[in-house]
Amino acid sequence: MAATAAGVGLRGIGHTFGNGHTVLRDIELDILPGELVAILGPSGCGKSTLLKLVAGLETPTAGEVLVDGRAVRGIDDRCAVVFQEPRLLPWRDLAGNVALGLPKGVGRGSGRQIVGHWLDVVGLEGFHRHRPRQVSGGMAQRAALARALVREPGVLLLDEPFAALDALTRLRMQDLLAEVQRGAGTTVLLVTHDVDEALHLADRVVLLDTQPPVAGATVATVLDVPWLRPRDRAYPELAVLRADLLERLGVPRPTPAEETTP
Amino acid sequence: MTGRAALGASGASRSGGRRSARLGRLAAGLVVPLIALAAWQAAAGAGVFTPSQLPAPSAVLAAVAELVRRGELWQHVAISGQRVLLGFAAGASVGLVSGAAVGLYAPVRALLAPSIAALRAVPSLAWVPLLVLWLGIAEGPKIVLVAIGAFFPVYTTVSAALAHVDPHLVEAGRAYGLRGLGLLTRIQLPYAAPAVFAGLRLGLAQGWLFLVAAELIASSMGLGFLLIDSQNTGRTDILLLSILLLALLGKTADALLGLLSRFLAGAT
Repeated sequence: MAATAAGVGLRGIGHTFGNGHTVLRDIELDILPGELVAILGPSGCGKSTLLKLVAGLETPTAGEVLVDGRAVRGIDDRCAVVFQEPRLLPWRDLAGNVALGLPKGVGRGSGRQIVGHWLDVVGLEGFHRHRPRQVSGGMAQRAALARALVREPGVLLLDEPFAALDALTRLRMQDLLAEVQRGAGTTVLLVTHDVDEALHLADRVVLLDTQPPVAGATVATVLDVPWLRPRDRAYPELAVLRADLLERLGVPRPTPAEETTP
Repeated sequence: MTGRAALGASGASRSGGRRSARLGRLAAGLVVPLIALAAWQAAAGAGVFTPSQLPAPSAVLAAVAELVRRGELWQHVAISGQRVLLGFAAGASVGLVSGAAVGLYAPVRALLAPSIAALRAVPSLAWVPLLVLWLGIAEGPKIVLVAIGAFFPVYTTVSAALAHVDPHLVEAGRAYGLRGLGLLTRIQLPYAAPAVFAGLRLGLAQGWLFLVAAELIASSMGLGFLLIDSQNTGRTDILLLSILLLALLGKTADALLGLLSRFLAGAT
């Protein structure tokens, strides 16, 4: 991959919507180049908003986002976003959709080559000419991932990218992401509400939460997940972290009386 | 380009079936006109109406031959076609641009939409005296009237379609660096294209409507003139011919626009 991974710095980020609702406050976080960070939190806590701030789709009302040490102003071409929905253009085939992600100034011939390469990497060989409505949701989301990857982004921003997929497809897509990230070495910021997904993929898990009565979510916990990828989903160590995270998210362990195992 | 290439690759075996289906549709569309023609011939032959009320189809064919011989048929068709073409081009262009502005920008919508809606409520014939007063009785007022007729359907459909482009796709386009004209040509217009073409076809149809209104009032040439002239001289055969010509020309123009839309849909 030509572009090198970029670090991300969040400096005192706060965001208040136009209607006066404060979603985020005082967020301080440094993400190293090449790191895969999962942002976890209850729904509606501003995870997706944080991602849009990094992408430059929205401007924070307080603080500053740095990518590679430079402040983000407007849409940042060092970042590429994958949304929860594939958001493909129905009138273009998959190759045409992925080509939308090509950075400016790529020639037609080499562009087609790059698009073909990444479509194959995400497992869509033979489907380049299919229209989005001719393929499954999982395949459409693969195409959306390829559209982000052709940008050769410094930071890959993923907004609950596998949430709408069925359970098995989701697991396959997680492994695909781990593999692609290993190959490309790009920095990944993954917003998710799935604790297992965060633990399976991330170097660090950042937990966002509100502390009433103060309005707005902020970083509640940062958890290191120090095992190399690819990880076995059955690691016993992960189970400990999982129980801990779930408890912090308000899903406590069952009490001993309810445990039936000896 | 990609779409049609894909069709060619995957639909090679189906193209034969598709062609026969299209021929079948064409044949089905001819059923009603042929029945009407037969009924017309039967009614004229049975003497239900006098020949001055309902001339036989053969009489209308004779009228065609007569007008062709006098060199008038082509003249009437050409001048009417020219008026519709020029008026439609002008009205549809203004409709596209203003519809896009109103559909995409809220401040422009707040400023212009109510006034344009009020103008739309004015019946077409109400403009005629003013147009004659300002532009005389030459080509000017007729083309402007056709343009007014073509403008409103195009404006209405384009502004509504562009105001309702899927915000998710627009955000995705922005995230991938598109804005302004790039966003318009690559996301918003293609998304709205089916509605835009429906608006253009409605505009074209209304253009023919307004053409006849213009030519009925003050003209010495064109199909509208032919209508009023044949009524005044009691030539019912020419009257019927004018009506048939209007139907034929309107349908042909609409079909051409439909072909163009299909060609463009394949090209994106």
